[in-house]
Amino acid sequence: MHELSVCQALVTQVIEIAQENSAREVLMITLHIGPLSGVEPALLVSAFPLAAAGTLAASAQLVIESQPLRVHCQTCGADTEATANRLLCGICGDYHTQLISGDELLLANLELMT
Amino acid sequence: MCDSCGCNVTPGNKHLAYKPVKNGASAVSVLKKLLAHNDDQAAHNRTHFDARSILTINLMSSPGSGKTALLEATIDALKDEFRLAVIEGDLETENDAARIRARGVPAYQITTGSACHLDAHMVHEALHYLDLSGVDILFIENVGNLVCPASFDLGQHRNVTLLSVTEGDDKPAKYPVMFRAADAVILSKVDLLPVLDDFDPARAEHCLRQLASTVPLLPLSARKEQGMAAWYHWLRQELAAQRARVQDGATVKPHLQPEGVRLHAHAGV
Repeated sequence: MHELSVCQALVTQVIEIAQENSAREVLMITLHIGPLSGVEPALLVSAFPLAAAGTLAASAQLVIESQPLRVHCQTCGADTEATANRLLCGICGDYHTQLISGDELLLANLELMT
Repeated sequence: MCDSCGCNVTPGNKHLAYKPVKNGASAVSVLKKLLAHNDDQAAHNRTHFDARSILTINLMSSPGSGKTALLEATIDALKDEFRLAVIEGDLETENDAARIRARGVPAYQITTGSACHLDAHMVHEALHYLDLSGVDILFIENVGNLVCPASFDLGQHRNVTLLSVTEGDDKPAKYPVMFRAADAVILSKVDLLPVLDDFDPARAEHCLRQLASTVPLLPLSARKEQGMAAWYHWLRQELAAQRARVQDGATVKPHLQPEGVRLHAHAGV
């Protein structure tokens, strides 16, 4: 249950950005979360109101866009889809792959009432 | 990933930079890592270690897989060769730090209360209580947990994940985030293998390789002193590499992150 820590970090960042933009309220927060980020989107959503209570983001809508898991194969050069516990190349099956996307834990976008 | 060079922008999120603005509201494109504050503190910790030429290793595993026993054996074998120090993380008690201190090595215990992981700020706080002068290797024994510790950079140079043979051999498949984060995986308590009929080391390695991990897998028993030479060899190699980096003014994060930066940057073009 480290999602509350992650939410507190999120709210801190959101409030900083809201203040930089002289916002009166945060309307929407969009996150990008990959399956290998180590964070569970459903738990983030339930932790968010606790972390945001009493801030400019208290009534913001939290939108989580999950990201695809994709790997790049160093052996055959292909970029393919993968799953969290099988990160092998989808073409040649080699395990010398690197993640292209799927470990994101990003604050992507905010909608502010200014 | 960083917040300045644009490497956060991937083909999947590029469109966000051009999001239209609704009436009365304004959209701000951010693309910042959620744990940026933690990562800033971790970078600060890493600079602190590099300035003292210290190699810092984060040990992660389930509770009871033998992290403290591994440290005890390592201290007994290497304390005349290197100066060691330990930061212990647990929810409660000073027990683990007391075990380390009993072997003549300075240890600071972080008690997290109910927090399931260490973060960079807790480690920074601990550094104020630990005399690091002359220290060669600092071990951070994370809270026993195969989930959350993998998400928080502490400023360490290397991650070591333990898998004991009393657990399931499919743990790497069940906890991919944790095992992907490892720079070395230790298969601990292998002296018990003869009495366990359900743990297949080959299957554990297969599950690890399925995560595209090419890191060393070191089977050992700290209590029975089996396979320890390979672990000490790995530590000596890593310390030599850290000293060479410090000479060059360079540093390193656990292997996962720099590769990610390069590929994300690539994909963003």
